[in-house]
Amino acid sequence: MADVKTFNLSCPVPRVADDRIVLAHGGGGRLTHQLIEKIFIPAFANDALEQRHDGAVIPVAGARLAFTTDSFVVRPLIFPGGNIGDLAVNGTVNDLAMCGARPFYLSAGFILEEGLEMETLRTVVTSMKDAAAKANVKLVTGDTKVVDKGKGDGIFINTSGIGVIEGFPGLAKEARPFDKLGAGSGAPPLPREEDRVVPHVSPILRDVGIGPWSVQPGDAVIVSGDLGRHGIAILSVREGLEFESPILSDCANVWPAVEALLHAGIDIHCLRDLTRGGLATTLNEIASDRNVCIKLEEALIPVNETVQGACEILGLDPLYVANEGRFAVFVPAAQVEAALSVLKKVEVSQGAARVGKVEETPGHTVVLQSRIGGNRVVDMLSGEQLPRIC
Amino acid sequence: MKFLSEYRDPKLAEQLAAAIRKKVTRPWTIMEICGGQTHTIVKSGLEDLLPREITLVHGPGCPVCVTPIELIDKAVAIAKRPDAIFCSFGDMLRVPGSSKSLFDAKAEGADVRIVYSPLDALKLAKSNPDKQVAFFAVGFETTAPANAMAAWQADREGVENFSLLVSHVLVPPAMEALLSSDNCVVKGFLAAGHVCTVMGFEEYFPIAEKYKVPIVVTGFEPLDLLEGIHMVVCQLEEARHEVENQYVRAVRREGNRPAQKTITEVFEISPRQWRGLGEIPASGFQLRGRFQKYDANRRFPYSGEPAQESPDCISGMILQGLKKPHECPAFAVKCTPENPLGAPMVSSEGACAAYYHYGRRQNVQPELSSPASR
Amino acid sequence: MCLAVPGKIVEITDTGDIAFRVGKVDFGGIRKEINLAYTPEAEVGKYVLVHVGFAISVIDEEEAQRVFKLLEEMGAVQEELGEIPQ
Repeated sequence: MADVKTFNLSCPVPRVADDRIVLAHGGGGRLTHQLIEKIFIPAFANDALEQRHDGAVIPVAGARLAFTTDSFVVRPLIFPGGNIGDLAVNGTVNDLAMCGARPFYLSAGFILEEGLEMETLRTVVTSMKDAAAKANVKLVTGDTKVVDKGKGDGIFINTSGIGVIEGFPGLAKEARPFDKLGAGSGAPPLPREEDRVVPHVSPILRDVGIGPWSVQPGDAVIVSGDLGRHGIAILSVREGLEFESPILSDCANVWPAVEALLHAGIDIHCLRDLTRGGLATTLNEIASDRNVCIKLEEALIPVNETVQGACEILGLDPLYVANEGRFAVFVPAAQVEAALSVLKKVEVSQGAARVGKVEETPGHTVVLQSRIGGNRVVDMLSGEQLPRIC
Repeated sequence: MKFLSEYRDPKLAEQLAAAIRKKVTRPWTIMEICGGQTHTIVKSGLEDLLPREITLVHGPGCPVCVTPIELIDKAVAIAKRPDAIFCSFGDMLRVPGSSKSLFDAKAEGADVRIVYSPLDALKLAKSNPDKQVAFFAVGFETTAPANAMAAWQADREGVENFSLLVSHVLVPPAMEALLSSDNCVVKGFLAAGHVCTVMGFEEYFPIAEKYKVPIVVTGFEPLDLLEGIHMVVCQLEEARHEVENQYVRAVRREGNRPAQKTITEVFEISPRQWRGLGEIPASGFQLRGRFQKYDANRRFPYSGEPAQESPDCISGMILQGLKKPHECPAFAVKCTPENPLGAPMVSSEGACAAYYHYGRRQNVQPELSSPASR
Repeated sequence: MCLAVPGKIVEITDTGDIAFRVGKVDFGGIRKEINLAYTPEAEVGKYVLVHVGFAISVIDEEEAQRVFKLLEEMGAVQEELGEIPQ
């Protein structure tokens, strides 16, 4: 008898378990942030780390390098539209792109579980080869370990990446004032100490200008395409959902879209890719870092009809569903049309749409104006979104 | 999506809101019974469209919230058995018991699985004959036909390693308990549309008559809720107290007869504890006759510690609409979704969680501009 | 406890026993197998309301239009009275 597909939980109750790691610490939501703030940043404190951006931009022998790392622990390993290998390459390439850096080299560390089928490994590695070729990056170094059966989920992959920030017209030539809160003419007020989450911006990053610190009230928020495909693609395997036309993960390399924006001289304030936790989580991070309000309009947020249908029957909110080949970009309001026009010409971002804007207050908050005109706060997730029947 | 998207039309929503604003002449407190309705109201910011005279209070329409803490403890105890697979809807997993939730139990190694349908749990029982598969049969009357069918099919197919931990609650007795309380502030009801899809709305006529309250069977989309509110307001303004049906596309007066038949074959009415409200007579279902063999309560005798609620949780007052979540001293301070003290903070339909996530926090509201306040 | 979603029946499998009657229901492009025991009158092409894997009601397509007709009338009356909605 066929086994019933049950939901394979990857994140249980978000209890404030101060003495132990719980799965929720890996969920990307509140608990993850607490872990980073309480354990990692105090231990390793330095300028680059404290930017809390997708990658670190560091000076090395006169070049501006971006350096990032990411680990991939997805279940199932193979899903509609890709596998853990695609994620491992594209995920890291995208983190470099979010710094405004052209990706060049990757490393890959594999932790394999005893008993993993060789065929699966071959499939994953082939995907990595293809994804790397497509992204024009080389995998130049790697490592392999094997753990006992039962101590790993088939495959864990860590990839680290190096990219270079080149001289594009869209990059800030001068340092952007960090604390310009759009207060009008006259010297901008310094933010109060207690309002700052990021203590300061290092000269290197201020130079590049692309990061949450550059977000200004008045900026427009654009997403590069429709939401929720990756999360639903994964769930469709776990839940045994059928589709008339299958939903494929949106896992893809977004550098071509970023490159196009930079080439066109768009004044990019911030780039951030949307991954686990969805658009809501990403925007909450930025609103919180920068102490601004991000105001979304529900009617503008692009969601494919089938993805919406899956969310309806499972009781999920597309704003919190995972994406893999999507990013948010913050640009000055005056440049929205130009930015959209550039993005729509690139395959990976042809579904780009403006979804909202940045306002000064209420700070640290993401607000959504619903289709019918009411407002609600879009909060950070505590743990992972669970399907509901209620 | 058909029969969904058109009920979210902004122009029509504003039209209905305008009609409500035009009709209302004085303050009215209206309660929506069902958690799904609370979810829509909060998610769409519906209250922003309503005139200030209308106060919506969120009733005990969340079976998750009212499932007694003892049952959570029992569920956890069953789940921890090495020979058991414990199945549940997602909603129940994070609800805190006396010391832990099902999620905690899972983190500690128990085989806990989320299922979409009770039939999935039955399938698991058939494909795991050496395990005891128990299903957390929680819900209002809406879910009873599905749970009843699982028991019925199990019996028909002779499946023995299957059981139900039943926590069904019934709406009309809860409404009566609310209405007969001295503290009742509610003047009109939006009855739970999907409960009535199954049960019909005959039972509400005596209630409307006895307590002189208008009751409108209402759906779940923004236009449904606005139309339902409009119908209640009209009745209140015209001093009527009738039972009306807004959700005509899904609800018939007699309800779903085949579903009712199966329910009465498998279940019988029983008294039930409502977490935060106490015991309400004849307000629950329990397995009857030959289906009693599937009662997980009997199959797995419980020998754990007596149940204990957090002293700070005032969920009883929240569920009766006497206090709003942000009026609870523990709200967003000691009691958060990460560390819930009571059920309404856990369930996405629970009033406290809805308020927390969708931001009816005091500091945010004044800054949000809305059409109705202009 | 009420998340029920409307979907269109695209296929029905009759095993003879009504309790085991199932159908494939389409929700905006996603399809699930749903038990139809409680909607014996349901046919392919009809819309049903689905809750936890069971169809609990057939959507009355005519009644579904009621609120839109009502609003149309309201709108017409408002125009007549010179009250154009904002």
